[in-house]
Amino acid sequence: MIEFRLDGHSKVATYMQLVQQVKQALRTGLLEPGDQLPRVRDVAESLAINPNTVLKAYRQLEIEGLAEGRPGVGTFVRRTLAGPSLGNQAALRRELLAWLGRAAAAGLDQEDVVALIETTMRAAFQEDIA
Amino acid sequence: MSTALEANGLGKRYGRHWALRDCSLALPTGRIAALVGPNGAGKSTLLHLAVGLLRPDAGSVRVLGGAPGSDRELLSRIGFVAQDAPLYADFTGAELITMGSKLNGRWDATLARERLGQLGIPLDRRVGKLSGGQKAQVALTLALAKQPDLLLLDEPVAGLDPLARREFLQALMGSVAEHGTTVLLSSHLLGDLERVCDYLILLQSGHLQVLGPVDDLLAAHKVLVGPRRDDVRVAGVASVVRASHTDKQSTLLVRTSEAIQDPVWSVHTVTLEDLVLAYLADPSVGALPGPARLGADGGATS
Repeated sequence: MIEFRLDGHSKVATYMQLVQQVKQALRTGLLEPGDQLPRVRDVAESLAINPNTVLKAYRQLEIEGLAEGRPGVGTFVRRTLAGPSLGNQAALRRELLAWLGRAAAAGLDQEDVVALIETTMRAAFQEDIA
Repeated sequence: MSTALEANGLGKRYGRHWALRDCSLALPTGRIAALVGPNGAGKSTLLHLAVGLLRPDAGSVRVLGGAPGSDRELLSRIGFVAQDAPLYADFTGAELITMGSKLNGRWDATLARERLGQLGIPLDRRVGKLSGGQKAQVALTLALAKQPDLLLLDEPVAGLDPLARREFLQALMGSVAEHGTTVLLSSHLLGDLERVCDYLILLQSGHLQVLGPVDDLLAAHKVLVGPRRDDVRVAGVASVVRASHTDKQSTLLVRTSEAIQDPVWSVHTVTLEDLVLAYLADPSVGALPGPARLGADGGATS
């Protein structure tokens, strides 16, 4: 069982914070197929949040095929996110480190890099949508 | 989807002053709705009309499909905690629970005793001697012991310290998750409401100003930041709620009709607090998808 926490200062919607925390736990192997997610009532009570928000998060995980609801029992993990993506991440991380080195050599400081990545990501994702 | 609370052209007048006017809304069951607005906006009036403690001077209100105050069966399905959690100060928790069981058909005394026990509130102490947070919890416990389908709370956490506030909201959310209660609660604490509520009813000067599911409202509102523009017509913007300008930059909080494509604007999401404050600052703009639909379906009252 995992325990959710909320970042009150985050701009990320509450239900998405819950989704991300489950995914994080799936990536690191903390949650495995068959594990039960915390009960909606318990999450709503401990975090003092709307139960519909928890339901929305669990529904999102179901849509993505990561969890399944068993009526009257609870919500359970269906598949893991650990595995091949971890290996891919290592390779991507090496490339990113090399790129960050080049950015530093070109005179970009940390804030320049964040700004460049954010604007590039926004442009790239907008192209995807369009 | 069924409706827990429905108002059509609802109005209440004190002398010549309308405390609430032309209020039309339909709150779907299962929602936790925030009722917000400045003091004197009509929040308490709306709540009192909904439980039948006040009679409308115009229009109508229905709760759980019936007219409030019409029959005992309906009343037993509604929980109401008025402002400042009024309780008989000389009664102990145990006596209040006994009283509740004599006055209500549907009453879970065991649940009430267990809840107070879990909260560490002594059943044998007069409630007048309890702290503000404990009194609020006793009032909520009594309301929950009715196992209401609709729970109306008038500023339940005002005057509570942050810990007591958190404990109150935890208790409320746990109970709501278990029973699927529809809740309408008024509060000034926008940060709390953001976590707890999924529906917004914003009143200002007796009028409904903003109404709808929080998710829909947040999705339909954006903050745009771009180079200074005096003409703030932007493709995709339905209305500008708030505009501020420096000599170089314009910042707009807008209600959108479609995605903002113009690359000159950087588009940011809004919080419920941003949205409520922007509307409160300008009473002349509103966002009322609900009543517009009501009018279209049921024919506008004239």
